[in-house]
Amino acid sequence: MPDGTMQPPVLRVEDLTVRFTRRNTDVAAVNGVDFSLQAGETLTILGESGSGKSVSLKALMGLLPAYAGVSGKVWLNGKEILGLPAAALAKLRGGAVSMIFQEPMAALDPVYTIGEQIAETIVQHEGCDNRTAMKRALGLLEQVKIPSAERRLKNFPHEMSGGMRHRAMIALALACKPSVLLADEPTTALDVTVQIQILLLLRQLQAELGMAIVFVTHDVGAAAEISDRIAVMYAGRFVETGTTRQVMREPMHPYTQGLLSSTVHGGMRGRALETIPGSPPNLAELPPGCAFAPRCRYAVDACRQGDIPVVTTETGAMARCVRAEELVEA
Amino acid sequence: MLLFALRRLLQAIPILLGVSLVVFGLVHIVPGNPIDMLMPPEASPEVIAQMKAAFGFDKPLYMQFLLWLLRAVQGDFGLSVFNATPVWGQLLAALENTFVLAILGAALGFSMGILCGMVSALYHGRWPDKLFSAIATVGVSLPHYWCAIVLVLVCAVLHDWLPAQGMGDDTLPLYERLQYLVLPVITLSLIPMGVIGRLVRATVLDILGQDFVGALSAKGLTRWPVIRHIAKNAAPPVLALMGLQFGYLLGGSILVETVFNWPGSGNLLNLAIFRRDIPVLQATILVLATFFVLLNLLVDIAQAAIDPRIRR
Repeated sequence: MPDGTMQPPVLRVEDLTVRFTRRNTDVAAVNGVDFSLQAGETLTILGESGSGKSVSLKALMGLLPAYAGVSGKVWLNGKEILGLPAAALAKLRGGAVSMIFQEPMAALDPVYTIGEQIAETIVQHEGCDNRTAMKRALGLLEQVKIPSAERRLKNFPHEMSGGMRHRAMIALALACKPSVLLADEPTTALDVTVQIQILLLLRQLQAELGMAIVFVTHDVGAAAEISDRIAVMYAGRFVETGTTRQVMREPMHPYTQGLLSSTVHGGMRGRALETIPGSPPNLAELPPGCAFAPRCRYAVDACRQGDIPVVTTETGAMARCVRAEELVEA
Repeated sequence: MLLFALRRLLQAIPILLGVSLVVFGLVHIVPGNPIDMLMPPEASPEVIAQMKAAFGFDKPLYMQFLLWLLRAVQGDFGLSVFNATPVWGQLLAALENTFVLAILGAALGFSMGILCGMVSALYHGRWPDKLFSAIATVGVSLPHYWCAIVLVLVCAVLHDWLPAQGMGDDTLPLYERLQYLVLPVITLSLIPMGVIGRLVRATVLDILGQDFVGALSAKGLTRWPVIRHIAKNAAPPVLALMGLQFGYLLGGSILVETVFNWPGSGNLLNLAIFRRDIPVLQATILVLATFFVLLNLLVDIAQAAIDPRIRR
């Protein structure tokens, strides 16, 4: 927990930038993302589709295609990992950093059993024999609470239910005890009842294993449920960061406010749901100044030019907005 | 899995029966019956009736079919009309020669095709893709027999590198007999190479576009284990095509065997057609069709063993 006792962060990201340059288009997908994460902490990156959340995660894993230009610095357990050679990166992936996906049916190989897929990862990373790896896989399935795990080990992905596949995918990601788990919209495709089960499972596993989680979602409810801190992403930038309570209760950035008031939650009978007018900007032609300005009802001339100042409160919350201070006071 | 195999095996039986019915029907497509054609016009009706009884032509058609089938499954296809030797012996010798060609041609064609397709897909859009795709396209586009003639022209006529035709004498040393194989095997491998190469490329590209391949890298697998996953996913459709192609090689190499004067089943079929040698024709078609059915049965079972989603 981020409480004063300063341990070195497990994951530190500085000025992460991703550009996709192809032919004549230059898409600025991620524009200078900074954050750091302690062991056992959960950061949620909250944003609409196309805001650069998933690209940021893939950049951390080194999974972007070759034409993507990634720059910035990423430290994992104090070691710089961005731009490592492929072999060294492969060792980290699935080892110290692993990832869970939105759709396990697409993330698991359809022609290998769950057991084989988990064991394979363990063998790759730890070089143990297959029998030992299978035993570990069984333990992992039990850990993610898959009933009759022994039988499920021999199941193929299509033979399991959606929630079960999700658990299997999480077991796979945890196979080598990662220190950082990257979760790319892991609950988006699930029924709400299963969604909450998976969120609770993740929290419990985090408590047991002490890993840090970067959780990417567009679901404000899921973010509120799982995170210690929230970073709101818009057009490839963090526009607001803070603890979950700060961001949910006292959002400073107009975009965050819009996002929260366009979400259905309790106690809002009879009130019309607000929407944010317009749509996210084209990342190939970002406007100068604040990318949200064209949709912002508070926008003034200063918003449309130059770099936008970062406002930091004494409690550590941050907003990238010209008028943040006056808006909070108002 | 065992149940699946058993069910597929049972399904093959009606197909084989259908094939044998068609093959049997060959004789009866010609109006009248063979005895009428064999007997001189002045033969007395008693002799004709006697002959008919002796060959079983007096019985109803379905009885004739059953008797013929019963003998056929025991390997008795009667005598060749052309040289009065047992059909079965001729067919066995020819099949053996064809098998040698087909197996080598398939091995060369399939391995080259898989290599071309895999490299093309993994280097999609770059020069290896363009090169190997061009090779594969040329492979499927050129007519067999034309390639055979050009190869003979270049390697046997213009230069004295390899023998032009035949399969060499039994007395020749192995090394020299192998030389007779080179040109026909290369010719036969071209189409399988092209067809398999293009399918492998398309299938692998399709698989590479699926999310789980990215997920494989995300769990830290290195290049070769990832390729193993891709190969297993690509195997079922490729196997299906290989089964078909091997079947074609067994029976469909009539042109190539004719150009190279290779005494195989294709050649035998060709001769039988020109000689109106119905028993040989029947036996060859029935045996080749049976191989085809069995081959596809094997492919189906192999597919189900690889991809569990097919087992239903």
